[in-house]
Amino acid sequence: MDFTLSDEQQMIVDTTRRFVENEIAPLELELDPDAGALAPADFERLVAMTKDMGFYGLDIPEAYGGPGLDTTTRALMAIEMSKHRAGLYNPCYGTFGGAGLAQLYEATDAQKERWLYPTLRGEKKGCFALTEPSGGSDPARAIQTKGMQDGAEWVLNGSKLYISGADKADYALVFARTSDDPGRNGVTAFIVDTDTPGFHVRRVVHTLRATHYATELQFEDMRVPEENILGEVNGGFAIANDRLSRQRIPYAAGCIGPAIKAQEMAIEWAKSRTTFDSLLAEKQAIQWMLVDNEIDIRHARYCILEAAQKADSGERFRTEAAMAKLVASEAAGRVVDRCIQIHGGVGVTKDLPLERWYRELRIRRVGEGPSEVQKLIMARDILGGSFK
Amino acid sequence: MGIRLDKPWEPLTAETVDALPAQLGVFHVADPEGTVLTVGYAGALDLFGMRTALQREIDRHGGAATQFRYEFTSNYRSRWDELLMLHIHDHGELPAHQADEAARVGRLSPQD
Repeated sequence: MDFTLSDEQQMIVDTTRRFVENEIAPLELELDPDAGALAPADFERLVAMTKDMGFYGLDIPEAYGGPGLDTTTRALMAIEMSKHRAGLYNPCYGTFGGAGLAQLYEATDAQKERWLYPTLRGEKKGCFALTEPSGGSDPARAIQTKGMQDGAEWVLNGSKLYISGADKADYALVFARTSDDPGRNGVTAFIVDTDTPGFHVRRVVHTLRATHYATELQFEDMRVPEENILGEVNGGFAIANDRLSRQRIPYAAGCIGPAIKAQEMAIEWAKSRTTFDSLLAEKQAIQWMLVDNEIDIRHARYCILEAAQKADSGERFRTEAAMAKLVASEAAGRVVDRCIQIHGGVGVTKDLPLERWYRELRIRRVGEGPSEVQKLIMARDILGGSFK
Repeated sequence: MGIRLDKPWEPLTAETVDALPAQLGVFHVADPEGTVLTVGYAGALDLFGMRTALQREIDRHGGAATQFRYEFTSNYRSRWDELLMLHIHDHGELPAHQADEAARVGRLSPQD
């Protein structure tokens, strides 16, 4: 495949890189090392800049006013946008805007008016409530939240775990089991306003990621009108699954930005730090770590771009996306681990971003489908549909 | 595991604060009646962690703040947000000097 960037892609990459280096990185020098947000005035100023650049609302489809980026360009931007301390889970602190929940583009016109358009205008926030305490890797079979029809309403009872943003959301996309089918054909997606009686955010779930925490939800006799069903009754899992596949390429790309930045820091450190009368860069042990980093980064980048190009050309890309997610999340973790080793003591302090990337990258091997599930997806494609 | 910070109150004096380890964490500062005056955290930018953050509270409240309770945690950001949300749930609002944080944090409805 040809991975040469077009002039336009190179311009977008360069512009994004300058934005991160000139606008985001200087602000982080004054922020808490685990900060998850900019000061409101800085945020507004930078949003105005991304709007001027024509990059605001990156993931909004062109038909809805978005910039209409192809997957490859979007992946290249994701790499650049994540090259700062908070970049892994909060690239550029959200100053490029959001697209809302992708599933809402499949909603009815009335549902779009109520939830999608206010979200695109920045008036409402949504959250995605799929995973339950019973498991997240196999959600179709793990969902135990029960939806029972009662006239023109559905009554939901159950709980959800590791749900990001629920405490601040105006609505949630909640998946519940609505038939006796124990698998994917018995799940329905409901759009639920979070002020609905019976919707509870019970606690913050503290993890390796100190900002953008997850929450635990509980639904107690929560009554949802039937017009809030997204798609078909018992057809909700296809909606959830579609998101899981599409997310993998930008998710993978976002892992590589911190890895590239960590490698740049390690190279600079190795060329300036002297031990035992010579620079670290002159020692083979350090050289080999830097080379292993380079191999990991380039391997991951090729996998990401291959998946993105297949997606752009309309080819099947499920195997490539799964491979990109697995390779990038694991490679980036190894790279940052080696960079900490090269830095020594200062590498594990909060003086540098390495320790935050190290903690947060560990989650990337689990989030959006762990490495083992990515292998399962690839194995199914390699062996054929009969092997399930 | 409970999610509230309900450890025993300790007297807020320069001596007790100086005796604390220079670690990261979260805290409540209160008046003699137990009214919480600050829901705070000691972060990585606080030179001596909890000591620096609590000394700042002594300077802010003067004699009005007489006691504190704390919890060491490296997850001080998410734990702080959780405590802010709990305070809003319990009291309807945050201490006046922290009112701006209410727009940033979300809402919790804990099981008591």
